[in-house]
Amino acid sequence: MTRLLDAPDALTALPNAGKGLIDAIERSGLVGRGGAWFPVATKWRAVAERSHGQAVVVVNGAEGEPQSKKDRLLMTTRPHLVLDGAFLAARVLRAARIVLYIGERHDVARNAMLRALAQRTEPERRIVTVSAAPSRYVAGAETAAIHLINEGIATPTTAPPYPFERGVGGAPTLVQNVETLAHVALIARTGQAPHTVLVTLAGALKQPGVLEVEKGTTVAEAVRRSGGFTEPPRAVLVGGYFGTWVETQRALDLELDHGSMRRHDLGLGCGVIGVLPTSRSPVRETAGIMRYLAQESSAQCGPCFFGLRALADTCTRIAEGTSKPEDLKRLQRWAAEVRGRGACRHPDGAVIFLSSALDLFASEFANDSAYALRRTA
Amino acid sequence: MTNSVLWYTTRGAGAVTLILLSSVVVLGILSTMRVQSRRWPRFLTTGLHRNLALMTLVFLALHIVTAVVDPYTNLGWAAALIPFSSSYRTLWLGLGVIAFELLAAIVLTSLVRGLIGHRTWRAIHWLTYAAWPVGVLHGIGTGTDTLSVWMLAITAGCVAAVGVAVFLRLTSGSADPLAGARTTFRVAVDRREAR
Amino acid sequence: MSKDMTLAIDRIKCDGRGLCAELLPELIRLDDWGYPILAPGPIPAHLMPLAQRAIEDCPVLALALRRTERTK
Repeated sequence: MTRLLDAPDALTALPNAGKGLIDAIERSGLVGRGGAWFPVATKWRAVAERSHGQAVVVVNGAEGEPQSKKDRLLMTTRPHLVLDGAFLAARVLRAARIVLYIGERHDVARNAMLRALAQRTEPERRIVTVSAAPSRYVAGAETAAIHLINEGIATPTTAPPYPFERGVGGAPTLVQNVETLAHVALIARTGQAPHTVLVTLAGALKQPGVLEVEKGTTVAEAVRRSGGFTEPPRAVLVGGYFGTWVETQRALDLELDHGSMRRHDLGLGCGVIGVLPTSRSPVRETAGIMRYLAQESSAQCGPCFFGLRALADTCTRIAEGTSKPEDLKRLQRWAAEVRGRGACRHPDGAVIFLSSALDLFASEFANDSAYALRRTA
Repeated sequence: MTNSVLWYTTRGAGAVTLILLSSVVVLGILSTMRVQSRRWPRFLTTGLHRNLALMTLVFLALHIVTAVVDPYTNLGWAAALIPFSSSYRTLWLGLGVIAFELLAAIVLTSLVRGLIGHRTWRAIHWLTYAAWPVGVLHGIGTGTDTLSVWMLAITAGCVAAVGVAVFLRLTSGSADPLAGARTTFRVAVDRREAR
Repeated sequence: MSKDMTLAIDRIKCDGRGLCAELLPELIRLDDWGYPILAPGPIPAHLMPLAQRAIEDCPVLALALRRTERTK
């Protein structure tokens, strides 16, 4: 069975693709690998229905999540596979344009993609342009990518209108992650359903980095392949900064498969699995990530900008032992209030992350709050 | 007899229009500054602004109609609609026509605000800062009563009120709490020159 | 066929002016920073006129009506 990272990267003829490809994608059950895990066939159909030759395909290689490295690795080592997927999408959706949206600092990945593009002979190569994604967290969001391409500014926009309705240049637009497109290419070539997923292992591990794991691989196995823990683990962050903190033993038993995780009310997100060692304070770690997420707000919506900042400041105060007695309650209240009140999903992701921290690290948060009281008493 | 009634109505309605228009401008400025207190909610500022604007139009219409139909003035409808087309006080009357037409555009676009979108509406609404002074000048130049004490007092009061409001607006900075942060982020992700 | 309507806020246009919460406190309250929190569920019939007024009075046209059944 072919895997992404050892699929052949030599230039081979693009397989024929018509509407049948969407059916094949649907049968395979492929879901998007950009973090949302949305059914790919549904997305393609929505664009196909509205396209009469003017659709746009955006190849999303922005990879805004700081700890994630899978998209960069894929673009660097298998650019042709990604381009295959992009060209196939353009053919099936009757696109007039393909945009490679690659992180502006991902020089190696971009050069690999451009070199590969120069070697292509298909007519689609002439409709490809490249846009650099600013290195900000929200720049990888679909509407931000579209806004960057349209107006030159990578800020998320209100949806509706959704990209498949009105996107680049007002045309129905497919924004698809590079890993997803690579899987589409494999489906078109081999007919096989995707059986692997790319994950980035990070944190207290001997050999952190990107792994391609088979369906059913557990976190424990991925940890083993990453050389094991460098020190005893306290908890595992599943899904990156918009993910969920999970108690170590429970995390180790999880299968690295989004569907399986959903059954446990978790999600694979952007595929980052981060290990927090016992030597680090979970409250400090949470506060640091909340400060980052607050700074990465595009400051277009009050609840997100002010809410995340207040949440981050309060977490920081708790971590430093200078909190006030009502701070824990405020965290709960603000977290509940901020949800769903931004134009994009940034505040929601941050709040999911924080809620899981308040849940798993309840005693640490309580202790650190109490510490402040004892100090000032 | 009738002539005098029309003539006095024109002048009186003109004065009232000036007072109402000035109040409308002040209220408009106050609403951008998000003024409010426990007893004065924000919807009161905007509600009054809208209602007084409509009243302004009523008195403006009265002012114009009585001026045109008054046989004493010899103004035709053209004079009321085409700027600088009257032979009587060509310049000052012309300014009045301009002010009227600007106000008409502002009010009409406000009535269809939902259809034209916020940005277009706002761009046209800014013409208020042209319409009001032009209207004041028209009053000073055309007005028969300009030099009377009460008209001087009214004009001075209106100009002072709008002047103070404009001054407060210019010195208060943005009332939008996100303005600074939004701009900072936008600048950080702006790649327009790279294209 | 249900004709339930709810309010929808364009969160980017909204800049916390607060008129909506003044006019429709039954359905809208303001958070700690002056931005609106909508009560969930459809608008009760007796509040529709006030909802319409809130929509018209919003200085930045951030408020709108939306049908509750909306498919992506």
